[in-house]
Amino acid sequence: MLNDQDFMRYSRHLMLEDIEEAGQQRLKQAKVLIIGLGGLGSVAAHYLAGAGVGKLLLADGDKVDVTNLHRQPLFDSFSIGYNKAEQAKRRLACINPHIDIEAFEQNLDASNLAVQISHCQLVLDCTDNMASRQAINAACYQAGVPLLVGAAIRFEGQFLALEPAQSHGCYRCLYHPEQSPPMNCANSGVVGPVVGIVGLMQALEAIKYLTGAGNVPFGQLKLFDAKVHQWQSLGLNKDPHCPVCGDQPCN
Amino acid sequence: MQLIINDTPQQFAQGLTVSELLEALKQPALGVAVAVNAQVVSKSQWSQTRLQDADRITLFKVVAGG
Repeated sequence: MLNDQDFMRYSRHLMLEDIEEAGQQRLKQAKVLIIGLGGLGSVAAHYLAGAGVGKLLLADGDKVDVTNLHRQPLFDSFSIGYNKAEQAKRRLACINPHIDIEAFEQNLDASNLAVQISHCQLVLDCTDNMASRQAINAACYQAGVPLLVGAAIRFEGQFLALEPAQSHGCYRCLYHPEQSPPMNCANSGVVGPVVGIVGLMQALEAIKYLTGAGNVPFGQLKLFDAKVHQWQSLGLNKDPHCPVCGDQPCN
Repeated sequence: MQLIINDTPQQFAQGLTVSELLEALKQPALGVAVAVNAQVVSKSQWSQTRLQDADRITLFKVVAGG
């Protein structure tokens, strides 16, 4: 049940007829795993903590670096050299002391990924590399847990919502592991707000999914081209030979 | 036949596959993804997917950073 503090804190949600008390209650009971607390994750986590998601699990093995500060607003100069998940937890606890936050100061490997995902209602992939993204996709499909994937580089953002119970394709259908060039924000650059916008899309769709407000665009790849300020939407069908979600999964 | 590649019409030989199109467009082997008529075509289907006149092709980049 929501208490008096909740009614005050979440009043701007409660006045929305698509969320109201029932939706806020669902947020309070929700458990969400955010993997990666960089440009995507630090933004998404900030808003989900503010929104009152009852339990946030944060996983990142990296330490804050000075080059992160142009796009990772949970951190400041005093965070440099400290673990991102732990720093994010400290900051988020100040933003919303009424939620439960757990920090994993390590990159989740296949075994603990499966365990953590199985406890959650929703996963946000906020990582920065293809191998982690493939592993998270496979683990979410194995556990039947919905996944919100965000990615950004240079002036380009991508967002994809996946619901294993639905018939659309998965991340492995979108990209083969070997399809990725060895590029990331560290060697190609990124404009801070572009990655922030994608992280915000992940937070927004998480709130919609958890409260039941509106429709989450499951199975549609959203491409954002910041240079011309355009979003494009592409359908994603199942690859019949997909080893993760195809007719004969073999992962 | 005419294909619309990222909003620009271009002429190609009849019956081209997605793989052949990428080759003709001199696309790099890594980092490129393709949609035909706003549907993503998985890499495993590139060599079997034949394009038709007036197909709209979206070439986009594989983005895994964050």
